Amino acid sequence: MVEELLFFMEVLVGGLLAGTMYSLVALGFVLIFKASATFNFSQGAMVFFSVLAFCGFMQDFNIPFVLAFILAALLMVVVGLCTERFVLRPLMNASEDTVLMATIGLGYVLEGLAQAAWGVEVRRLDLGIGDFPVPWIADNLKLFISALDITAGLVAAIMIIGLFLLFKYTKIGLGLRAVADDAGAASSIGIPLKHIMLLVWSAAGVVALVAGCMWGARAGVQFALVDLALKALPVLIIGGFSSIPGAIIGGLIIGAVEKVLEVYIGPFFGGAIEGWAPYVLAIFFLLYRPEGLFGEKIIRRV
Amino acid sequence: MMKPVFMTYTKKDLINLAVCMVLSVLVIPTFITTEYWYTSILIPWLCLALATIGQQIVMGYTGQLALGAAGFMAAGAFAMFNLILRVPDLGFVGSLIVSGLIAAAFGILFGLPSLKVRGIYLMVATLASQFFIIWMIDKFGWFKNYDSSGIITAQDIVILGKPFTTPLAMYFVCLAVTTVLTLLAMNMARGSTGRNWMAVRDMDIAAESMGVSLLRTKVQAFAISAFYCGVAGALFAFCYLKSLEPVAFDIKLSFKILFMCILGGLGTINGAFIGAAFILLFPVLLNAIGNNVFHGAIDATIISSIEQVIFGGLMIIFMIYEPLGMAKLWENIKQKWKTKFPTMNIKNLTSSIGKKS
Repeated sequence: MVEELLFFMEVLVGGLLAGTMYSLVALGFVLIFKASATFNFSQGAMVFFSVLAFCGFMQDFNIPFVLAFILAALLMVVVGLCTERFVLRPLMNASEDTVLMATIGLGYVLEGLAQAAWGVEVRRLDLGIGDFPVPWIADNLKLFISALDITAGLVAAIMIIGLFLLFKYTKIGLGLRAVADDAGAASSIGIPLKHIMLLVWSAAGVVALVAGCMWGARAGVQFALVDLALKALPVLIIGGFSSIPGAIIGGLIIGAVEKVLEVYIGPFFGGAIEGWAPYVLAIFFLLYRPEGLFGEKIIRRV
Repeated sequence: MMKPVFMTYTKKDLINLAVCMVLSVLVIPTFITTEYWYTSILIPWLCLALATIGQQIVMGYTGQLALGAAGFMAAGAFAMFNLILRVPDLGFVGSLIVSGLIAAAFGILFGLPSLKVRGIYLMVATLASQFFIIWMIDKFGWFKNYDSSGIITAQDIVILGKPFTTPLAMYFVCLAVTTVLTLLAMNMARGSTGRNWMAVRDMDIAAESMGVSLLRTKVQAFAISAFYCGVAGALFAFCYLKSLEPVAFDIKLSFKILFMCILGGLGTINGAFIGAAFILLFPVLLNAIGNNVFHGAIDATIISSIEQVIFGGLMIIFMIYEPLGMAKLWENIKQKWKTKFPTMNIKNLTSSIGKKS
């Protein structure tokens, strides 16, 4: 009995921590949605692009770790700048769906550019943190939890607290919220829309880079990251598109449910149900609570 | 139920149809003799154009952002395989229709969330269909007739006892199915069915208050869309791939069809054909440039990456300058031509003046 309970705990904790990896990707989506009510479908591509750039700097040019990270972050700022200038500004008055489709196009551009510049082969990313159980926890609590998972959890926690403080207590955060509420009104009282957009997209780019590092260390830096990032969508639906805590809770729920279902129910169906289980869970949420756990109620003006 | 409304066709429509038919039935088979064109370009073009029409119905006409076309295609393809295997009496055409209906059943099931949500939310719900259908086919051996190799060879196409196995014959099979379904789609789009779809797309609340049932219209659009995708998937597997594997219908194909639909022009049937042709032919062109101009100096993976960049870039450019896609672009060119050279229309003009007096 105790063994079974321990095993369940292990599955649950592993799932929760793996869920924070989804949260990290979802966080980028939320940032942009919160500040511009734009759904950025290219966030997954940004994850792939940024971490491949990071790997490319490190492995092809032998740039040291920290410098490569800074360079990759700067590159994401440039991407944000270009996106603001060439995609968002011309689409300022377009409908939501049009902007969404443009970001799908942007995702394609980023994926293509990344592969053209750094090749298509899978790269290994070594962060110096192993993806194996931490011995101390394994000895004392009899739980096998990967060090990488714990790191991801910590990183996610730090970023969330940071972003939360930024949104809540700084002038920039106030500006971001104002723009999200009504871009036209915000710009008429003198909030520089251009700078806000640039800031948000750069921040989302850096978040994507961090998420990419975590995913890359686990699964290798490869194209499949883009598909993995799609799983951030159900996370967002469960958590709500405009809520930073929602992205975290959503990620935790998806991670835990996915793992528990896979381990306990998966074998009856031949396994690999984690490929679609999050989406089906998202559908149930959509039917009963379309705005997500923490989202603002969706109101459409007629 | 659906009322097939036959709008009165103008002379121009009939001429267009005749030109298309002559081109596809007479001109192409006489002038194109290389197999490559049939097996690698014309057949996939027809199949994917058909799937794109399906995507058009749900996205272009009904305005529901769906991203699961490849899932429905997979459902259609594997339904076809099993029907021919297990119910041989049905025949090819019968199986094709039934497999379309099976795909339509999935369409209804996964289209139900569209009643509650829209936009990106719906996109996620339809992604569920994509992943679920592929997983289901992959995990339950029955669908694949317990074939362990993973890739199943598709059965030969036999219609009324006659085998259709040469590329040209398969081209005609695809052409016939595509023509019938395209004409049907045009009729639906012009008739009351299509008007309901468009009313829902433009303003669902207004449509509802005018007496258009949202439930019926949306579910109908999803069902018909999935039917088209299912038939297209069956043709795609049996005429183009000649094999069945779930991997062929992954999310990438869904995106491809989405691109065909958007670049071609949302809410147009001819846009589906233009978009499919563009997405299919552009990589061929790019490869040809790579091979002939740069003599293979550029790596094939780089060419395919460039292709992706260009598709994405075009998507952004079209969204900014012409959200209605290439079909609208074509329309604009025609319009410009007409205003530039009004002499072309003198005959019509004089005849209309004659009628008035």
